[in-house]
Amino acid sequence: MTAPRTLLDKLWSAHEIGRRDDGTSLLWVDRHLVHEGSHHAFSKLAARGVPVAEPGLTFAVVDHYAPTRGRDRIADPQIKYMVETLRKNAHKHSLRLFDLKDPGQGIVHVIGPEQGLTLPGLLVNCGDSHTSTHGAFGALAFGIGATEVAHVLATQTIWQKKPAAMRIRIDGQLGPGVTAKDIALNWIARLGADGAQGHALEYAGSTVRALSMEGRMTLCNLSIEGGARFGLVAPDETTFAYVEGRPYAPAGPDWKAALNHWAELTTDETATFDKDVLLNAEDIAPTVTWGTSPEQAIPVTAAIPDPNQLANGKAQGARDALDYMRLSAGRPIEGTPVDQVFIGSCTNGRIEDLRHAAAVLSGRKAKVSGLVSPGSALVKAQAEEEGLDRIFVDAGLEWAAAGCSMCVGMNGDLVAPGKRCASSTNRNFRGRQGPGALTHLMSPAMVAAAAVTGTITDVRPLLEGRTA
Amino acid sequence: MSGWSQHQGHAIALPIHNVDTDQLIPSRFMSTPRSEGYGRFLLHDLRRDADGDTHPDFPLNRHAHASVLVTGRNFGSGSSREAAVYALVDAGVRAVFAPSFGDIFAGNAINNGLLPARISEEDMSLLFQALAGAALAAEVCLENSHIQIGDLRIGFDLDPGWRTKLINGWDDIDLTLAHRADIERHKEDLIRRAPWVRPALITKSS
Ligand code: SF4
Repeated sequence: MTAPRTLLDKLWSAHEIGRRDDGTSLLWVDRHLVHEGSHHAFSKLAARGVPVAEPGLTFAVVDHYAPTRGRDRIADPQIKYMVETLRKNAHKHSLRLFDLKDPGQGIVHVIGPEQGLTLPGLLVNCGDSHTSTHGAFGALAFGIGATEVAHVLATQTIWQKKPAAMRIRIDGQLGPGVTAKDIALNWIARLGADGAQGHALEYAGSTVRALSMEGRMTLCNLSIEGGARFGLVAPDETTFAYVEGRPYAPAGPDWKAALNHWAELTTDETATFDKDVLLNAEDIAPTVTWGTSPEQAIPVTAAIPDPNQLANGKAQGARDALDYMRLSAGRPIEGTPVDQVFIGSCTNGRIEDLRHAAAVLSGRKAKVSGLVSPGSALVKAQAEEEGLDRIFVDAGLEWAAAGCSMCVGMNGDLVAPGKRCASSTNRNFRGRQGPGALTHLMSPAMVAAAAVTGTITDVRPLLEGRTA
Repeated sequence: MSGWSQHQGHAIALPIHNVDTDQLIPSRFMSTPRSEGYGRFLLHDLRRDADGDTHPDFPLNRHAHASVLVTGRNFGSGSSREAAVYALVDAGVRAVFAPSFGDIFAGNAINNGLLPARISEEDMSLLFQALAGAALAAEVCLENSHIQIGDLRIGFDLDPGWRTKLINGWDDIDLTLAHRADIERHKEDLIRRAPWVRPALITKSS
């Protein structure tokens, strides 16, 4: 009898080519996704004069610098240079490129699953920390740095030490207006931004089973904000239904063979984890951040914490964060005026996210300006088919093309210094959305609520009598 | 990359937790070719005010020659940008001492010869006290995993594989190519065992 194994154990051993004496494994990489930011890695490859080992397993996309308005002529020379450099590298190495005009273009972590490139059981690498997103399919997916990107390009393998295994079980039913984003901000607030460092994080429990693939991707996406390089959800019928028929997904007899294999991708019942955490879905309220780390998050109904009452060496960080965010301790977070809103990113730029936001905004006007950038061109087309774009535009928000946009501001979509933004993104770090920008992270529905009232607002009353 | 086992330089304290990679290098500088040097971008927005003038009190502005940083928990969390490590290395930093590091950052550091040395919270506090605003001569020994500042000697944790790699200055690609036969075998076995793993569109057209 073999010892009980976790999903991580199974995925790891299936990809392990060898192991060094120091315990580091050499792993086979099934999919490698690259973007404009991979230019350092391509330069390293050129310096060595080596080709891409597996061009057929390497996919490129324009996302980080993708203009969301006026795509036909890129005015900024730096942005143009970044996009052109990716084009050149993709062409040189014969890589499939999802370019600006491609109907499949979008944020790398949105299009991987959407195109069927991300499948259960695969190892997926990308030079981006939110690669954990793809783990929602039961894939071993993790972000890597430029030297590692060059290594994967040159060898289609990666050296990696197996992380410890951690599980977060969430049981019960989420309340109305409460989403995967709120679950994530909750556990990160509880365990800290480094709470899952060194671990691969498997999400389990009835709440996770009930989540759509979109919700599971949001959950896995945010694993890195709690320090985990890997997020995982065991695949099930929801996963298979999502994958079936996608452009690069297996079909015919291959599909049946794949399904047989994927059914094995679960944690054995008696397997144990190095760390196990339990959450109750009923305890989770719509959640917002007040500081400059994703761990600085509270229920929207709560008061901004008093740094003097924080333990564990967190007081000074909280004081600095409040100072930067121009907020006072002890005041309710609800009612804090915002200057603008943003809906989008690889965390919350999928169709379900746009539907949640539209359910709040439908028939209402936004009191502040805002930008909605769908996660991909396909999400954009789907939303337009459903008439969601009209709802956003009628409310007074701007409907733009797909890309990373205001999540990181590399394409010029920035929050101005000192301006406060309610944002569906993943990082409230100082200056993340632009120098001096003040970011409050929350779900797309909560962002929509902030747009309607012009302040940080509990979305729940705004959803009464509506289906979200 | 050349290896190293001893380093003598000056240590300073940066007593902040959660210094993320967006702080280490704001994203707007990341399209710069590496050959132009990244040192001037290090902690750019923390070191300067909105007009671009440097804060005279910021530790790195007072002691630009520092090569060892002692800092708080969760250093290098956030984005996978290796540019954060380039900024440190190009500014002359060889070692960072902190209670914990972002996982991706730590791997990137090793790949660029930068030591991410893990110390206890108590030792962090001791070092903060010892350094308090000053830059002091420090000696880092990789073989024995310690840092010496005056009479103060503090041990650190480092994955043994990472230590060997820093000392030898290994290049992973060369190392991996020695496993070429095993990689080829794995790939062929995979194609036989699980043909569906290859992207379908490619399989169809080839
Ligand atoms: S949307 Fe934001 S977090 Fe996601 S890949 Fe783009 S920049 Fe990174």
